[in-house]
Amino acid sequence: MDALHDVLAPFGPQAGHVRELWLLTLAVCTVVFAAVLAALLIALLRAPRAGSVSPPDLSALGRPEPGKRRSVIAAVAASTLLLLALIAASIFTDRALARLSTEGALRLEVTAHQWWWEVRYVEPQVADSFVTANEIHVPTGRPVIVTLKADDVIHSFWVPSLAGKKDLLPGRTTTMNFRADRDGVYRGQCAEFCGSQHALMAFFVVADPPERYAAWAAAQRRTAAEPAGDQPLRGREIFMRSSCAMCHAIDGTTAQAMRGPNLTHVASRGTLAAGALANTPEELKRWIADPQQIKPGTYMPATQLPPEEMDALVGYLQTLR
Amino acid sequence: MTASAPRLAGTALLALAAALALCACEREMRRFESPPDNRSSARPETPRTSTLQPAEARSDPVRLPAGNGEGYEGNAYNVAQGKRLYRWYNCGGCHAQGGGGMGPALIDDQWRYGSEPAQIFNTIMQGRPNGMPSFGGHLSEDQVWQITAYVRSMSGQLRKDVAPGRADSLQASEPEAARDREPPKPGAK
Repeated sequence: MDALHDVLAPFGPQAGHVRELWLLTLAVCTVVFAAVLAALLIALLRAPRAGSVSPPDLSALGRPEPGKRRSVIAAVAASTLLLLALIAASIFTDRALARLSTEGALRLEVTAHQWWWEVRYVEPQVADSFVTANEIHVPTGRPVIVTLKADDVIHSFWVPSLAGKKDLLPGRTTTMNFRADRDGVYRGQCAEFCGSQHALMAFFVVADPPERYAAWAAAQRRTAAEPAGDQPLRGREIFMRSSCAMCHAIDGTTAQAMRGPNLTHVASRGTLAAGALANTPEELKRWIADPQQIKPGTYMPATQLPPEEMDALVGYLQTLR
Repeated sequence: MTASAPRLAGTALLALAAALALCACEREMRRFESPPDNRSSARPETPRTSTLQPAEARSDPVRLPAGNGEGYEGNAYNVAQGKRLYRWYNCGGCHAQGGGGMGPALIDDQWRYGSEPAQIFNTIMQGRPNGMPSFGGHLSEDQVWQITAYVRSMSGQLRKDVAPGRADSLQASEPEAARDREPPKPGAK
């Protein structure tokens, strides 16, 4: 999936404010760094040197530095003022973010697991709520309030083009909000080391115009359609009879386990295994047959099936749009 | 003997520290590759003893175990995984945290169907009358061995340095590593 993953290319107010703060900090730190280096160079150039005849005497005891008190006072005052300015800028940024309207916000609940993201859309009508994984669709221009939870260890939710980082802590709920002002696909990544597959724990935020988002949400709320044809039916039977149904749920079937990602609409997602693989039948087969080759340490066991059974299973999963 | 006593003592201390540091290597070895596939080797099969099964029931026989839990019983990582899977697959729904409920207790010295790893493996794979579901084909053998190793740690059958010392979630009972070994007695009251 082609997706934006760029801290310096903000597409929402949160990322925009953070970028401004970052630019100010960069400017101040650059000036301070340059000033310190300039002072060092001046000191080196002004340092007393032994001439060709005079013996080297580099002790400064006999020649006290002129204006010492003044330079120290100036340096301390400048540092203090600049730091205070940065603190003020940080506070104003925080206030600006807090003042952003959350009226009519979309509410999500994101739970991080080793190593994938569970996303629950919390609607005012409970029956309208639904669950997906690793791919968050949002309408453009509408604020999104995300409730963050963790299932096992500390993770961190980070979509650089839309907002700053926020940690997900086991046993503690945090919230953050963002707004995507332009449609597109934004890449997110777990930003807190969370075990062996931390690097392969990506997710995507897909910002759609409101009407396209509404169509997507309506499709996600539907339970899995009855497979048409013998092969998908056989595939569903294999899914229910083997180890798949121990961890995965497909709404509308007897598979109701919550341990792995919900697969009701798995074929509609762009990637598999939290962004590790493209969602194609070949990659899906590779993933089912031996997840440990792709994400060593992942909690999905290898499932060895005869080729025709694997074809039927993947054929069935392809129907879950 | 020219070496002074302090030097000898220092060398001995260093050797002891190295030995102590090395003895923990094996117990935490993580396996990041797929478990050995023994599907190809023909093994005797046995019918299931329970029709209770997750999702859709299978009627095919299950295979008898190869070995007796070697590689699982002495490895802390596998036992910890077993503890995670015990929670994931809701074993606690019937056995609670080992104290028993609808299903028998797992932390005492009574074993209805035997306390050997291979016997527990069979219990999980075949299922047992009066409620134990048959998980053969629904779980990988690797996972069943991990759960087996953890179940044996619940009554202190494993080495202290292998049994879990902490829990990922709330646990009212003492950690498995701190439990005394219950001498296995056949049958249950």
